[in-house]
Amino acid sequence: MSFTEELPAKQSPQDIDEASLLAGLRAGDQIAYEHLVRTYSGRLLAVTRRLLRSEEDAKDALQDTFLSAFRALHTFEEGSLFSTWLHRIAVNAALMKLRTRRRKPEDAIEDLLPKYREDGHREDGHMGNPTKPWKEPEALLERQETRGLVRGCIDRLPESYRTVLLLRDIEELDTEEAAQLLGISPNAVKIRLHRARQALRTLLDPHFREENP
Amino acid sequence: MLTCREFVEFLANYLAGELLPPIQAEFEFHLTDCPDCALYLKSYEVTVRLGKEACADLDAPVPAEVPEELVLGILAARHHKPI
Repeated sequence: MSFTEELPAKQSPQDIDEASLLAGLRAGDQIAYEHLVRTYSGRLLAVTRRLLRSEEDAKDALQDTFLSAFRALHTFEEGSLFSTWLHRIAVNAALMKLRTRRRKPEDAIEDLLPKYREDGHREDGHMGNPTKPWKEPEALLERQETRGLVRGCIDRLPESYRTVLLLRDIEELDTEEAAQLLGISPNAVKIRLHRARQALRTLLDPHFREENP
Repeated sequence: MLTCREFVEFLANYLAGELLPPIQAEFEFHLTDCPDCALYLKSYEVTVRLGKEACADLDAPVPAEVPEELVLGILAARHHKPI
């Protein structure tokens, strides 16, 4: 039975339920595939764009996502959320794209981490140069330029740390999932995430601290 | 007693609720004893929040606009790739 035969006259693609879509995809129905692509392209392109700096790479990863999804349809477990399954494939496609790109020289993460004196105090803290409070986040987020600034600072992070930050804090994968996708240990994910956040804090501090608290 | 360096090393675990009770107690004591680290913790939390919200595209329509030629290219590619 073809996917199109399931549709009553004048039924819009949005009315098609997930079970019918899956049945059509498994039957190799082109209409079902088109529906899949048109329904999910937007949100999946947003995912690949967040992980990849290049628009061309983001679009390539989107194409790879759908091809991979169609090939791996037999692995989808009934009862799971189809959108979550697609999201994971998109994240993986973006990571594969990152691995094939030629690496450019990066700033060392150590240059962005806090420095400590022998007594254990931070060099930029305590006497002489105390840590300053930041402006209230609600006030910061009301300003459109804040988002661009924060994104720009995330882009300045070394690639391997930026990726972990995006996977954990933005795409909200858990530690185990991120570790599996990146091919590193869960402990390595935790360490990189903490360093990435510290580095991002260092980059944001000059812009957000209260100079005269 | 924790140093500021140790405080920062334990910070992520503290926020994730993964510190063992004795370490958590020392961490929280340091938090009350060191205004510098208290400010660092707060700015670290704000950093995480700003990162999430800046990338959430709250102002942009969801989902992203996808060019028609990209959709057609994806559909065409299916026939060129072996299954």
